[in-house]
Amino acid sequence: MNALAISHYTVTTACGPGKAALLQALRGGRSGLRHGQFEAGAIDSWFGEVAGLGQPLPPQHAAWDCRVNRLLAASLQQDGFSEAVAALRQRYGAARIGVFVGTSTSGVQQAEFAYRDRNRAGNRLPDWFDYRRSQSIHVPAEFARLLLGLSGCCMSISTACSSSAKVFAAAARAIRAGLCDAAVVGGVDSLCLTTLYGFNSLQLVSAEICRPADARRKGISIGEAGGFAIIDPQWSGPAPALLGYGESGDAHHMSTPDPEGRGAQAAMQGALDRAGLAPTAVDYINLHGTATQANDLAEDRAVCALFGEAVPCSSTKGWTGHTLGAAGMVEAAIAMLCIEQGLIPQSLNTEVPDPQLHGAIVRQTHQATVERVLSNSFGFGGSNCSLLFGRLV
Amino acid sequence: MKPPMKPIYIRAVGVAAPGLQGWAQARPVLAGAQPWQALAETPYAPQLLPPNERRRAPPGVRQAFRAAEDAQSACSMDFSQLAAVFASSDSDLTVMDRINRALAEPVRAVSPTDFHNSVHNAAAGYWSIAVGCRQPSTAVGGYDGSFAMGLVEAAALVHGDGLDVLLVAFDVPPPPLLAACRPLACAGSIALVLGSEPGAGALARLHLSLADAAESSMPDADLEALRVGNPALRGLPLLQAIARGGAARVVLTYASACNAVLEVEPA
Repeated sequence: MNALAISHYTVTTACGPGKAALLQALRGGRSGLRHGQFEAGAIDSWFGEVAGLGQPLPPQHAAWDCRVNRLLAASLQQDGFSEAVAALRQRYGAARIGVFVGTSTSGVQQAEFAYRDRNRAGNRLPDWFDYRRSQSIHVPAEFARLLLGLSGCCMSISTACSSSAKVFAAAARAIRAGLCDAAVVGGVDSLCLTTLYGFNSLQLVSAEICRPADARRKGISIGEAGGFAIIDPQWSGPAPALLGYGESGDAHHMSTPDPEGRGAQAAMQGALDRAGLAPTAVDYINLHGTATQANDLAEDRAVCALFGEAVPCSSTKGWTGHTLGAAGMVEAAIAMLCIEQGLIPQSLNTEVPDPQLHGAIVRQTHQATVERVLSNSFGFGGSNCSLLFGRLV
Repeated sequence: MKPPMKPIYIRAVGVAAPGLQGWAQARPVLAGAQPWQALAETPYAPQLLPPNERRRAPPGVRQAFRAAEDAQSACSMDFSQLAAVFASSDSDLTVMDRINRALAEPVRAVSPTDFHNSVHNAAAGYWSIAVGCRQPSTAVGGYDGSFAMGLVEAAALVHGDGLDVLLVAFDVPPPPLLAACRPLACAGSIALVLGSEPGAGALARLHLSLADAAESSMPDADLEALRVGNPALRGLPLLQAIARGGAARVVLTYASACNAVLEVEPA
């Protein structure tokens, strides 16, 4: 495929609002994860919580007010992103710009509140609960479309933890098929009890801070994040670019990855094939690296089978936590930061590398020439997506 | 202006809705040759799932499989080689209801099976296991525009990525507590197999474009009630055009100021 320019991007995580805050945290080795309870009475754990989401949305958007939409609105205001979309609209027209947003849980926290407040005798949810503007999986894409004044094709993708990696693939093929001329892609997921207690029921939430690739890793730390990017095929300035993408299914199990990593390998191979590049062209791999026993082992097998044991790789979930449906977008932004800044981040919180893993896990953040980065995102249901980023040439 | 999108061929159809029990039975009803009748609903056990997954599959997944297996039964293509798009507004609110009830109690005992069934791509995951498919699969949701959203993604997979695609749109009514906020009249699902080539026995050819145009309705009141009663059945005007067999223009609900315009022709 032709390289697609990413003319602008932004990301808001527990490390702070906007790209600069994340870059600073990456350089300084400072995790955004904090220990505590994100809701009173809930399990103690480590969380990647975004600060400043206590304020309701402004009156004109009050009907959409919920945590995920606050996070979405806040992230669109960083890095001049909304202004860049306004300029894009001038050039292409609102109806020719697609909006592609990934989320795993959308505004399900509103349903959690509503069930707690329900009238048990009358079996009724409170009147304030608005399914259409909170819990529906379509909410983030619809709200983004509203805030950005866009009216072209629209896609809400929800494939668990690969959701906002797949938006890049969906936008690229929609542009190629002529369904839109340019695209705003993004991902957003906010903290909620559904994912905390859900992952906990599967014994996948770590009581300690998450330690990707560590021999004693105990599972994930959950985070929240929002991020967006503009895919502008006509952009001519220097910019990072999407070079390829690959998607696959494990066809194995609903909540456990294929231990052989065959689906993961197919996704990575697909990204290389679309870019027309050999594995040797990749300078750094940003792993899915959730810090569960099963994921890190299966992913390592897949990476080593395709790339050998020399390509530097690390998970950055030690900084942000596992931001679930937003992880693909967050890690796409990290991949682009690495290329623009010549940065290779370490596997943060890894103390004792797991001897069963054979990949070249990065132990020390360092500067290097980084031309191309592969980013992996894998989700429940065996949904795999790999993205390959480089520079526009 | 860009040249219009290349045509997409419909290679197979599956459908499951009240009075529309499979494409073979539904086709003459949709064509107007036979009257619609409210046939009794029967529970459905997916045929392709291994026993463990069949036991765990929630109602939404079963509804998705009902149309997908109907499409497969009349199609010679190898379904393990098809990319898959699962489109649903709400996936399965019976599962979300159980999780939210559990979270409202002091012990917050969420069932692990409920949690893995709660992901919007549950049907896509079960399907890939059922047919051993490692091709790309995705799950989208566009509220009442879910069918058209799935069709747009399927069209992009056909013409952007060069794949043959199984599209399955499905939704099931929510449990009583959520029905007040998200009322659906019935369970329904539609499956289409789509490709860039007609192959053997293509049912129709269609051109897709997007425009701020008024959506099509069903002329028959009973069928119109199905169309507006379930997001997946917003695709019924397309199935009616295929069943009638002539040339037709249908507009499907998609997003505000942007509906899906389909020029349907005999293959």
